[in-house]
Parts: sequence; C-alpha cells; structure tokens
Amino acid sequence: METKAQDALVRPSVLPSSHPSGDKRFKMLDAAMKRHQFQSDALLEVLHQAQELFGFLGDDVLIYVGRALKAPLARVYGVATFYNFFTLKPKGAHTCTVCLGTACYVKGASEILNGLREKYGVKPGETTGDGKLSVVVARCVGACGIAPAVAFDSEVTGKQTKARVLERLVPWMERT
Amino acid sequence: MNSEELQHIVERKQAERAGVRHRVCVCAAAGCQSLGAEAVLEATRKAVKQKGLAESVEVHGTGCLGLCHAGTMVQIESGPPGEEARVLYQKVDAANAEEIVLRHLEGHSDEEHAVAADAPFYAHQRRIVLEGSGRIDPEDIEHCIGAGAYQALHKALTELSPAEVVKEVTTSGLRGRGGAGYPTGLKWGTVSKASAQKKYVICNADEGDPGAFMDRSVLEGDPHRVLEGMAIAAFAVGADQGFIYVRGEYPLAIKRLRQAIKQAERAQLIGNRIFETAFNFRVDLRIGAGAFVCGEETALLQSVEGQRGQPRPRPPFPAQAGLWGEPTLINNVETFANVPTIVNKGGAWFQKIGTAKSTGTKVFALAGKINHTGLIEVPMGMSLRKIIYDIGGGIPGGKAFKAAQTGGPSGGCIPAQHLDLPVDYESLQTVGTIMGSGGLIVMDETSCMVDVARFFMEFCMEESCGKCIPCRAGTVQMHDILQKIVDGRAVESDLGKLEELAELLKSTSLCGLGQTAPNPVVSTLRYFRDEYRAHIEEKRCPAGVCQFGQGKEVAA
Repeated sequence: METKAQDALVRPSVLPSSHPSGDKRFKMLDAAMKRHQFQSDALLEVLHQAQELFGFLGDDVLIYVGRALKAPLARVYGVATFYNFFTLKPKGAHTCTVCLGTACYVKGASEILNGLREKYGVKPGETTGDGKLSVVVARCVGACGIAPAVAFDSEVTGKQTKARVLERLVPWMERT
Repeated sequence: MNSEELQHIVERKQAERAGVRHRVCVCAAAGCQSLGAEAVLEATRKAVKQKGLAESVEVHGTGCLGLCHAGTMVQIESGPPGEEARVLYQKVDAANAEEIVLRHLEGHSDEEHAVAADAPFYAHQRRIVLEGSGRIDPEDIEHCIGAGAYQALHKALTELSPAEVVKEVTTSGLRGRGGAGYPTGLKWGTVSKASAQKKYVICNADEGDPGAFMDRSVLEGDPHRVLEGMAIAAFAVGADQGFIYVRGEYPLAIKRLRQAIKQAERAQLIGNRIFETAFNFRVDLRIGAGAFVCGEETALLQSVEGQRGQPRPRPPFPAQAGLWGEPTLINNVETFANVPTIVNKGGAWFQKIGTAKSTGTKVFALAGKINHTGLIEVPMGMSLRKIIYDIGGGIPGGKAFKAAQTGGPSGGCIPAQHLDLPVDYESLQTVGTIMGSGGLIVMDETSCMVDVARFFMEFCMEESCGKCIPCRAGTVQMHDILQKIVDGRAVESDLGKLEELAELLKSTSLCGLGQTAPNPVVSTLRYFRDEYRAHIEEKRCPAGVCQFGQGKEVAA
C-alpha cells in the first residue's frame, strides 16, 4: 500500500549525505541544515533556505528536507503550505509584486492589478504562459508612506500607477 | 566588553564628532531607499570627497526621517555637539544631491528643498523610540555607542537588581505597543516570578497589520536600541536566550538586525558575562514566512518552534508556559525600544509624558489620503485633529475627511465627529476602535466604508489559520455578505445576519484574530450605516467606489 512507500520515503534507515541527482544546491541545503544540527525546530529556516536555492519548494525538496530533519512529510508539507511566503510551484523569470496593504488599497492598487490582468491575462498568483512573468500580491511591504508600492523582483518602487507599471514592465522583462 | 571599554568608545566617538564640522545623514530606510537613497548617499560621498572635505564632513546613512512621501530625505547637522543646528532637505535625488549639500556646506540653504525647522510636521512630535533615527548610523555599532547605546544596559547590570528594573518599568506605566496595551511591568513581573531553569525573551517583530510600518522603521533605523531593550528585559526576568521573530517581507530590517547582532556579539555586548557580570544573553533571529496570525503570541511561539502558526488555547499564558513549555516574555519592537530610555531616565520621568493611563509616546505610520504620509512619534493623548491636520498636513485635493482607521484588521474607524478625541488606549476604545500597533490610515470622501470593511474581512478570511470553526467559517460567511453588498446583490435581512455573525465570531473564536475580525464591520456599521443602506436599498455607492451591474451610479 501507499502508506508503506511513504513511510520508506519519510524515515530512511540512513541519513542521506546528499541528493542522488548530484545537484550542488542540495549540498548547500545540507550545510544549512547542519548549522541547525538537523533540529526539526529549524524547519522554517531550512525551508527559507531551500526556497532561496531552488526558487520554489518542489516535492523532491520537501521529501529531502523531511528525511534530513526526521520530520514526517505531513508536517513539512503542512508548514510549506501554511505560510504564504513558500511556493510549491516554479515562478516566472520575473516577479511583479503588487502591494495590497490598506494604504496601497485605498490609493488604487487594484487598478494596477486590473491593468496587469488586461494586458497579460494573469491574475495574482499566476504566471504567464511563456513563463516570463509572475504576478503576486503582498499583504503589506511596509512602504505605506509611498503607496501604492509595486516591487519589480526585489526592487520596491513607490507612487505607482497602472500606466507607469505597464510601461516599466516591458523593458524590465527583457532584462535577464 | 567592560565598563571602561564602553566609556572609552563613547569618548573616542565624541572626540571624533567634535572634530567634524558637518554631518550629512541620508535617510536609508526602506521608503527612501525605493526612491533612490542609495544613489543620493553615493553622490554625496563622492562630492564631499572631491571637494577634499572628507576630514571635516561626515556622511552616513540613518534611520527614517519621517516624511516618506517627500523622500529622499537628507539632514545636515552643523556645529559642535550639544548646540548643533539641523537643516532638513526633502526630495533630494542623485542629480541634485551634490548641489544641495555643497551649497549648504558653504552656508547657503536651498530654499526649494529645505524643510523649515519649525514645520508643524516636526514641531509637534516628541521622539523617544525614534530618538536615534536621523542621528545615528544604524550599521555602525560604535557610532550608536557614541550616541548613548548600551548605557542603559550597563546601568541595569551594574547598578540595579532585576527587581529594581521591573519596578522602574512598572512605575513608567509603559503598556504593550503591539496593540492590546497590556501593562509591560506586570508582564515582566509575572515572568520574573515564574520559577524555571530556562526562560525566553521574544521580540515580536511580525508587524502584520497592513498599512503599518513603525516596527520596520525602528528595526531599520535603530536595531541596537531593540537589542538593548531585549537584553535589559532578559536581565529583569532571568532569561538568557532571546529570539526576534521578524517578517520575511522586511529584507532590509532583517539585514540590519543580522548585522547588529553580529556586531554586538563581537563587542561582547551580547553573549557571556556581559560587562563582566554573571549575566549571559544570546539572541537568534527567526524569519517569518508571511502569516498574519503569527503576530498572535501563541501562534508566534508555534512558528518559532518550526510548526504551522496556529494559536494555542490560553491559559496557560506564555508568561507561565511559552516557548517549549518554558516561561516566555513576548513584547513588541516598540515596547522594547522604550526600555533603554526608561532605565536611563527613570520610570517617573517617563510616566509624566502622555496621559495618566497611557504614558509615553506612540509611533504612528500616517498613510492613505493625507498630505504628509510618513512616520511620526507623538505624546499619547494628542488629539486626532492635531495629528491629521497639523502634523499630517490635512487631506490632499481639498477633499473632506471621512474617517481614520486604526488597529488594522482588528481595529475600527474614527469618524469626523470624533476628530477631537485624544489618542490614547481608553479613549479609542470608547469610540469602538483600538490603538493597535500604530497604523493610521486616513480616508476621504472618495473612500467607500463598506468596501474598506470588505477589504479587511477578505484579509482576515485569507489569514485565518483554520484551527477554530467560528473564525474559519465565520470570516467566509461575513465576507460573502459584504461582497454581496458591494456588488448590489444584498437584501434587507443581510445586515442582521452580518451583525449576528459579528457577535458570534467575537465571543467564540479561539484567538485574537477571530475575536477582532468583525471589528471593522461593527465599527463601520456604527458610524456609516447609511452607506450600507444606500448599497442595499438604492444600489448606490455614495463614494462612487463600488461598481454595480449597470456601471457606476456616481462618476468618480
């Protein structure tokens, strides 16, 4: 039955020293887990690190982390899906984050989202078909003084409008 | 580090300071950074160096200077310490930085960019928590020590007993700045009396309220003040391990905290045998992962333990059984940031600021439909009118003030008839809202209060952790009704259902999130019931925000 197979996945007899794929990022993840002495308390820190390395938390990464920290896959998956920050799907090459905090909302952030939907056909949380652009919403990036705020990848910009965002997106997406 | 070494750094930094004729502080908080503060700092450094003024002019980044909408802000301090003159410039960018700064150094102030020293935005403020913002370089511990950092910790460890520290904090009347306003001294007393081998101190920096950025600014502008406050708290309650739980959405605050902890460890201001006493204290950072509920203290504990952030039933309270079952003191960033000043100047001094029951100052993040958006710190008890019209500069475009929202998704709104209300914990409660963590969002006549209530309910619905049913299912039901109202599909009986659900959530939810989720609805129903009625009966949005089936009734 499936339970047995899962059990084998979650509780291996030997701790994996690194991933069979030979992917170096797993070695870096190992180092991060070692820093926390493979304590399952450090699950959030380890998932943060994993997402930074891989860009998203795929099944293999979650299984790998669960094994190393001796945490049931149910708990790893539970934590990974509980927090908004973790994503289980790969993101596009670029991410446009529209802040939907109260200050941004009353200053018209939803107009910006409408503009993105009209032009690229993506709703918050989605990625364009060509994998170039992901649109996400943030609960509040704390840039309320310069609302509405929009982040192009990690660069936060303030006082945005629909027109300004759409204008900026084109050259920005060309960049690699 | 011992007492002499601390004193030595202070004297050395003060001597250095005395040798400098001008000090140029460029705001390096997240707001100004996204308006190009990095380039301004770069350009200023280059200009000063080229003119050969590097010896007599110090250039560094600093914490939030307040007027976020007019960034990048630059403050220039001239003259000997103690009698320095300060001039503030707004809207500085990489192109005009060189000219503004160099002209100032020659004695000409740029009228176009200078902010008058007596500008109401600054004149009515009183800075305790933000004291260092604009004066210190948060990335340089020696600079902070030169400006007085860690003196309070030194005093606590060498001159006071833990019980005396708790007493000072109790005398000060300081109350939790996270929102609920629980007396800090009482909390410290409970933890200090709990008998356990191990105790913890946690700094709640999971500033989740949308529209609030006070804690972010404090962490970015003066991280050592928070560390010092935590260390004093740990000494007072008998803890030796601290955690700072900070939002993942604040990369700059995380970076500055990491740096500050590392520097403090290296200087042995954190670690073993601090100031050669028997007191040990370690601090670790925990990065949140975007869950609003983790601002609730028991959910935060779960998250620090590497679990899903679902609250635990209380009692037992964290002060008795918190992190890993041990007594744990949890305070907000701003609460800890008040502590060094209280220890330095005494609880009695602090107690005189503000009102009788709400002492001290409060930091507010002004945002929304207001001219001067930014960060302010005012004594408790100042009237809302003064905050919005004098400090905030009123409403842009000559529009009419409609309401101010405080307390985020757990709070409520204050309508125009209560503009003269003093802003303190009790007064805000009487009008149906809470102090909250300090987000103050101003709405004008073009904001629809029903839509705002719907916005907050959607927020709570998505952020509900799902552990208890009243919150998990109740927020969905309330949101559905509010959505119906703003879509013009609601019927007369919906208002009654909404009120019934609000009461249910309030009285039966497990934690603060669910218990307070109905507040924005209850509060808007109390003051703006006619707006709800217009939506339901006339299918009309008085503010012209909501779009009904046949397009807008009122042109925006």
